[in-house]
Amino acid sequence: MSEITPQELFDQRLARVLAAATCQQPDRIPVFGPFQKFPYQFAGVTFKQAMNDYALARQACHQFLDYYQPEVDFGPILAYPAKAMDLLGWKAFKWPGHGLDNDNAMYQYLDGEYMTADEYDEFIYDPSGFMLGKWAPRQFTSMEGFAQTIPWRRFMWSGWMNLSFFWSTPEFQETLRAVTAGAEEAGKWWASQFQYWGEAKEKGFPMAFAAWDWPPFDILGDTLRGTRNILADMRRRPSKLHDALEVATKIFVEYGSGAAGAPLPFTWVWVHKSTREFMSDAQFQEFYWPYLRKGLLALIEKGIIPVVYWEADWESRLKHVADIPAGKIIYHLSATNFERAWDALGGKVCLMGNVPNVMLLGGTPDDVKAYCKRIIDYTRGKPGLIMDAAVMLDEARPENVKAMFDFTREYGLYR
Amino acid sequence: MKNKLIKAIADMNEDEAMNLVQAMLDAGEDPQMILDAASQAMVVVGDRFNAQEYFLPELIIAGDMMKAIGEMVKPRLRLQAVETKTLGTVLIGTVAGDIHDIGKDVVTFMLEVNSFKVYDLGVDVPAATFVAKIKEVKPDIVGLSGLLTLAFDEMKRTVEAINEAGLREQVKIMVGGAIMDESAARYIGADAYGPDALSAVTLAKGWTA
Repeated sequence: MSEITPQELFDQRLARVLAAATCQQPDRIPVFGPFQKFPYQFAGVTFKQAMNDYALARQACHQFLDYYQPEVDFGPILAYPAKAMDLLGWKAFKWPGHGLDNDNAMYQYLDGEYMTADEYDEFIYDPSGFMLGKWAPRQFTSMEGFAQTIPWRRFMWSGWMNLSFFWSTPEFQETLRAVTAGAEEAGKWWASQFQYWGEAKEKGFPMAFAAWDWPPFDILGDTLRGTRNILADMRRRPSKLHDALEVATKIFVEYGSGAAGAPLPFTWVWVHKSTREFMSDAQFQEFYWPYLRKGLLALIEKGIIPVVYWEADWESRLKHVADIPAGKIIYHLSATNFERAWDALGGKVCLMGNVPNVMLLGGTPDDVKAYCKRIIDYTRGKPGLIMDAAVMLDEARPENVKAMFDFTREYGLYR
Repeated sequence: MKNKLIKAIADMNEDEAMNLVQAMLDAGEDPQMILDAASQAMVVVGDRFNAQEYFLPELIIAGDMMKAIGEMVKPRLRLQAVETKTLGTVLIGTVAGDIHDIGKDVVTFMLEVNSFKVYDLGVDVPAATFVAKIKEVKPDIVGLSGLLTLAFDEMKRTVEAINEAGLREQVKIMVGGAIMDESAARYIGADAYGPDALSAVTLAKGWTA
């Protein structure tokens, strides 16, 4: 009897995940997710090591892949390149060895005002100009020289001569040098990612992502205004915010479109500020959902399957976010009650999640199995479920994670 | 004019509120009365937050107004000790390794609006700092905030450190953060978990009654 080939395994896994994602019946419920620090913990590698030693990161991810066998894999992409970030001088980020002493600390972004309220018009007029000339110098020490130049839209006709004056300054020259050094290091990290993707494919595992994205509101809030300011902007300058959100929606579609044509055309949309504590239902309906929905529809139109990674409890938003084409999108659950989400969306939108992370860390395998059983039973055999942890998996007991995988594979068969 | 000011602040009319404060100061009104009006407005804001009319955006704007009014008024206050009755003292912070602060700030706001004295240690707070501050200010309650899964173990370490310092019996400990649930308090060794700011206030009032 011939053994199944890696290509056949690859095709099987792809078909299983695509069927579940589009609410059609696969052979069984898939299990996978963005396991962030967990693979390194499992392999006995610190997160600092994983961020600095790309070969070690790949090795740890292979160990995780071989033991747990997720349907589709993330690999080492979430272990960001520490050396490249050091060389580029990322000021708005802390990571183990850079602002965080614990070698297993999770990297974190320093939320802040990187665009003032007075700069909305500048951003709306020329987003690229703003990002290069104002935002990048504020975020990266290596890029401070970009602040010294005039806007690059003044390249028109012989405008290059004016620009060349700024290119000749020591500050700009230093920026080019520093960015080149950071880029060379980043290139090594990318080479490591490509190597891993090829190795995983040789074992029969597709990658879980083809593009990353962020909702228009979060593009502005996380990157530019900071959380406090953008939330207050909804009241203080709503008209300006709407204009900027139109621009951010176009950027959202650009970001997410990279997944078009991929074997698994998943664009992961990381949602940060939509939870009920952050804004009222009316504010969600006015500022958050319409722009995100418009962007998601544009991606769906291109044959992309968005994976919307809603954070915290979004139960109060269910009635709004149900307004989306059927069988075209995945919503990740996090803290939202599974049964209520399934009642609103089951069979129409593929739901992903949501074994609680505190259970995966502090509970037992029996607790995990009982949770998986509860949500699988609730679907009553209707397709459109992918099993995963509630949030990005960091600290967890290996036996609990194994229980999530093994139980779902056994109990999640569609008969 | 006092009631007009309370309404302007509570209704989020920032420009009107600041203009009223300036007008009142120019007219020689008692600066303490202005601060009292702002505090009363914060109570209204807190009530509307509990009633889910107001959310984080309104708390942020209310906090900004309170700070701005304080800066305008405080230089004019006569130097006198003002006794403020508090229901109790709370020490709060986000544990070491975690720099998320918004949830903690919402809890701090609601506790202060509900007459608790709050010492906020900020973010990325090591266990030793919690222990030192407990010894210094002798709070009734300690609140531990965290959003990352690494926070579970760090909170556990913090509670252990409080215990080892012989202080555990002197304080009630509550924990919170978006990825937690009731089982988190057991795992961490805390007295209670609260899913939101309202429950933090309810817990605090129950413990200090």
